[in-house]
Amino acid sequence: MQDAKRITLSGQGIVLRGNDIDTDRIIPARYLRTVVFDGLGEHTFEDDRAQLKQSGQVHSFDDPKFKGAEILLVNRNFGCGSSREHAPQAIKRWGNGIKAIVGESFAEIFFGNCVSLGIPCVVLDAASMERLMATIESEPKSKIKVDIQTKNLEVGGSSFPIVIGDGVRQQFLEGRWDTTAELLANKEAILATAKKLPYFNSWS
Amino acid sequence: MGRTLYDKVFEAHTVARLPSGQYQLLMGLHLIHEVTSPQAFSMLEELGLSVLFPERTFATVDHIIPTASQLRPFRDTLAEQMLVALEGNVSRHKIRYFAPERGEQGIVHVIGPENGLTQPGMTICCGDSHTATHGAFGAIAFGIGTSQVRDVLATQTLSMGRLKVRRIEINGQLRAGITAKDVTLYVINRLGVNGGVGYAYEYAGDTIERMSMDERMTICNMAIEGGARCGYINPDQTTYDYLKGRTYAPANDKWDRAVEYWNSVRSDPDAAYADTVKFRAEDIEPMVTWGITPGQSAPVTGQVPAIADFQVDEQESVKEAYQYMAVKPGAPIAGQKINVAFIGSCTNGRLSDFESVVSVLKDKSYKVAPHVQALVVPGSMKVKDEMLSRGWDKVFTAAGFEFREAGCSMCLAMNPDKLTGNQVSASSSNRNFKGRQGSPTGRTLLMSPIMVAAAAIAGEVTDARQLFGIV
Repeated sequence: MQDAKRITLSGQGIVLRGNDIDTDRIIPARYLRTVVFDGLGEHTFEDDRAQLKQSGQVHSFDDPKFKGAEILLVNRNFGCGSSREHAPQAIKRWGNGIKAIVGESFAEIFFGNCVSLGIPCVVLDAASMERLMATIESEPKSKIKVDIQTKNLEVGGSSFPIVIGDGVRQQFLEGRWDTTAELLANKEAILATAKKLPYFNSWS
Repeated sequence: MGRTLYDKVFEAHTVARLPSGQYQLLMGLHLIHEVTSPQAFSMLEELGLSVLFPERTFATVDHIIPTASQLRPFRDTLAEQMLVALEGNVSRHKIRYFAPERGEQGIVHVIGPENGLTQPGMTICCGDSHTATHGAFGAIAFGIGTSQVRDVLATQTLSMGRLKVRRIEINGQLRAGITAKDVTLYVINRLGVNGGVGYAYEYAGDTIERMSMDERMTICNMAIEGGARCGYINPDQTTYDYLKGRTYAPANDKWDRAVEYWNSVRSDPDAAYADTVKFRAEDIEPMVTWGITPGQSAPVTGQVPAIADFQVDEQESVKEAYQYMAVKPGAPIAGQKINVAFIGSCTNGRLSDFESVVSVLKDKSYKVAPHVQALVVPGSMKVKDEMLSRGWDKVFTAAGFEFREAGCSMCLAMNPDKLTGNQVSASSSNRNFKGRQGSPTGRTLLMSPIMVAAAAIAGEVTDARQLFGIV
């Protein structure tokens, strides 16, 4: 399980500003007409990117200064909307691959989907987030280190305390985020719980 | 101290505390569709696992199915491939599939309740965020991702955290012409699109208690748009009257035992909530969104709010919304021109949603404005058949609406029903995100079915109460 452990995650950052960025924007629905997740990476934020380009601006995901980034920095309620796992699957496959997301808050289902893929979503307060974003915008080559063990984020000489729930933190530290085997190991308990629920047993 | 329905259902379904501290939760009902399940089946098969409780998973096709003609093979080869994959998966794993060729297909959140699969006290999940809909029956129902679909197939369980419970109480008499859609949009407007993150919403109060099951489903459907992963309403006689006699509902001597159990999962009168929020039904007007989140809405009698009405940290998003929607602060909500009108979806695609519109169109000479394309899309084939048998298709077509086959249609841009260019759509669906209805520059105004019908006829957003003389 060595590979599965997520203790520290390091890399350059990419700043994506804005609250309530939904999963339809992260991966437009037309790319969900597929039975695999391969090839989604290049379509991440496709429509947002095209629209900014048209108006002469550059989306963060097209900005050369963020090329090679592995830590995504976002604001509030990131990943709201549809439950499509295609959204984190696309982010995971974009460029070098995003390894962790730092934000002010995350939508529940998106957060859970990221856990299933081994991508920690950690929370930073709004003021610290603003400082961190400004730092990375001016010095995009700075290395960010997200430390799940010590619950700290380090960049340059600064350190920020991050918030991550105890349960998921433990899952990442122990490499237990891929849950199927762990859930299946409790098969006896699953069957016993089912046996106690009247509706699992024809109301007998 | 008493317990909430959420507490009771969560505890009854807890299999174990995992080493991480998360809870392993048993799922009573698992619904699947063609978009979020194929990769889950591939993962399952790669692991060499089988489906643990195949009789507790039910499948349908809804997102990609065309609504003009459902003849196979679909003209869209990607859609055809997805359906073929679903058909293969359900047949290999012996999963009950509600197939179009048998007249059983429909939106997953319409057919679950319609067939009596959705019952109080259950845990229900589906790879679809609008699974919150099923909470209307007093179930704990929520959307999951594809890796979790794999976990449920393999183990009938999920690794979950426990939510806090917020009680949202709505009391009083709704004014004439105000619908459940207006109520749910109003709540999201007040509590914010991320106000419910970390919470389950318990909707209560006499306004909610008087609602039909269809209306309750509209309320719970949009819990997720307020950030709450699930929303629920305690089961009562309305719930039981709806369920009795449905295909998968308990029958005969089982019925009384079921009702007794369902009553036992209701929140206790002295249950502890994380917090309680109260609203007055009389304060609610017909709501219309003007922005790019379901919380950016205003009464039809109002205006697009000014930037100063928002917190500083929201102002950037608001400016983005003004620009994308091409609206100016202070502009009246009524009077915005529309190009497309859509009545349907898992929010408002049930029989009573169409009935509300038929009741105002019938025996009148209203016509859809010439520049508007108006779609009426039943939420399921059963809903469609019922509409046909009541002659409602003729009421709609006589007024200039297109009457379509069942499916998700123009809610989500995965089938041929899409906006083009920067069209503006009056829609009874649930999301007005950028690009949601299929054009990257398309614009969506969310509202109730009756407000959509009014907009279709007027050619612009208008107060349905005035147009149809609802007093």
